[in-house]
Amino acid sequence: MTLMQKFLSATAGLALTAGAALAEPAIIFDLGGKFDKSFNEAAFNGAQRWAEETGGTFREIEMQSEAQREQALRRFAESGANPVVMTGFAFGNVLSEVAPDYPDTRFAIIDMVVDAPNVRSVVFNEHEGSFLVGMMAGLQTQSNTVGFIGGMDIPLIRKFACGYAQGVQAANPDATVIANMTGTTPAAWNDPVKGGELTRAQISQGADVVYAAAGGTGVGVLQTAADEGIFSIGVDSNQNYLHPGSVLTSMLKRVDVAVYEAFTQGTDLETGINVMGLANYGVGVALDENNEAIVPYSTLAMVYDAADKIVAGEISVHDYMSDDSCPALDF
Amino acid sequence: MDFLTLVQILDSTIRLATPLLLACLAGLYSERSGIFDIGLEGKMLAAAFFSGAVAFQYDSVWIGLLAGIGASMTLSALHGAASITFRGNQLISGVAINFLAAGLTVVIAQDWFKQGGRTPPLEGPARFQPIDWPGAQAMRADFLAARAENPDHFSLSPIYFDLISGHTILVYIAILAVPATWWLLFRTRFGLRLRAVGENPEAVDTAGVSVIALRYAAVGICGILCGIAGAYLATALQAGFVKDMTAGRGFIALAALIFAKWRPVQALYATFLFGFLQAIALRPNAIEGLLGFKVQVQLLDALPYILTVVILAGFVGKAIPPRAGGEPYVKER
Repeated sequence: MTLMQKFLSATAGLALTAGAALAEPAIIFDLGGKFDKSFNEAAFNGAQRWAEETGGTFREIEMQSEAQREQALRRFAESGANPVVMTGFAFGNVLSEVAPDYPDTRFAIIDMVVDAPNVRSVVFNEHEGSFLVGMMAGLQTQSNTVGFIGGMDIPLIRKFACGYAQGVQAANPDATVIANMTGTTPAAWNDPVKGGELTRAQISQGADVVYAAAGGTGVGVLQTAADEGIFSIGVDSNQNYLHPGSVLTSMLKRVDVAVYEAFTQGTDLETGINVMGLANYGVGVALDENNEAIVPYSTLAMVYDAADKIVAGEISVHDYMSDDSCPALDF
Repeated sequence: MDFLTLVQILDSTIRLATPLLLACLAGLYSERSGIFDIGLEGKMLAAAFFSGAVAFQYDSVWIGLLAGIGASMTLSALHGAASITFRGNQLISGVAINFLAAGLTVVIAQDWFKQGGRTPPLEGPARFQPIDWPGAQAMRADFLAARAENPDHFSLSPIYFDLISGHTILVYIAILAVPATWWLLFRTRFGLRLRAVGENPEAVDTAGVSVIALRYAAVGICGILCGIAGAYLATALQAGFVKDMTAGRGFIALAALIFAKWRPVQALYATFLFGFLQAIALRPNAIEGLLGFKVQVQLLDALPYILTVVILAGFVGKAIPPRAGGEPYVKER
């Protein structure tokens, strides 16, 4: 009997904590993992910044397999977390099924558009940021060959590659772009060995600047580039500090800002599509003390000029996902 | 595809095949003694983490290698205890080891280094450095100079300075492990008994040799080889451990083991074939240039498994596993 009572009180305790946790925001990290030094880590940093500034707490979970997505979403929604933010395109299908079941909960999805009245869809103009780093690569290359290494072969990553190739062409019409994808399964986000080997393959084809848009795989790309003495370009988070002098720059994708804003708006989260591009500082290039010595001033001037022109609409960068084709690169 | 590209692809093949070869030989010892081991992946992963972590801590790759081997052997001992001493299901024990390694490595890494389940990047003496064979540097310089003068310059010297020289010591150890394994299995008394214990443990027991001890020895050797394979990934190919960095190589090694029909020299061929397929998949342009049409990278990635299924289905010879494999040995019923 006493045992039963213990169980009962434990259940009551759980119920109480669940009640107290009402309206706590929650974040779900995708398969790359919270500390991928890249996309998910940026999201975590945004959540962390919100927690530090407001003193609030948030709930989080890291996906371990595809099957957990719906389960995690429903569990957060049912436990009263609001808003629920998820990082990654792969939540798209699941969220469009789950969102109507919890009309009082606000959801935010990054990198995907889900059309539901209680969902905020945050998409980034990665092609614009990639265009700028592509220009830097095109200006930096000595061999007129630059490389791109993507993670999983999905339209979103092709969007990075396509913007990059356009930037390279704009800055250096003679340059060729070699593009490779690591794989076609989520394991492609976490295979630094294959990333390194792809980098070597591209180097032997003449590449001397390599842009990695590959989550954890990118760590291997940047490492091999540093080992072999060529330049690399990081992605999503500022990765310049990983190998100072070898990482030319990083294409910033301010996932942290998106998460921070979602958390700040809280239960009044504005729904609809939210596009983050160069104009509202959603994407950009990273310049800090680790790479200021290797990027010439003339390059920077051209990049800033191009950024202004993109914002003003004078340069239009083709978005791969708009029509599944790329004028500058053949996949 | 010109000669130089071919050399570079083969060079890449060697790097990619080395972890497969070590893991495949590891599985060969274990399975030849009658202990199926699908935990190769987990052991490699644990070894990759501990070698990276300890190499960073002590700034010495050799201590890291020992730690990696130690971690892998600990998991081997666990597999041995479960499947030899306690006569549990070997497949389940192997699966458990894979899960254990995938979870524990990240948790321990997070606790030790607070970098989100990875080790800090390794530098200098904490990494295996490529070994340049005598004269390789001079030959490379000569070749590049001749090439600069005449772009069509042809010489066989890249085979020496690119393909043979310039790998880390673990690559040479892995290749030497092939004849060593052949000799140990087919030319020594220990090898005869080890093979016998996988085919007919009763006979070995009747001859007065301990089945248990032999199987533990085989599982132990398996642990050592998996440890080297894991250390190769984290301290030679890459500079540190990253979550799930084995990326299924343990399973490809198992496929190679079946493909090689549990024989050491054939294991070398099988893993190099699989490594070659992986290396060529990294250069879609080279294939297109050679064949004249585009081959999907996905097809090349899947080929090792397709080939293994073809072999298992009996189209090309017959793959017969050791007869007592998967069966715990019970002295008397």
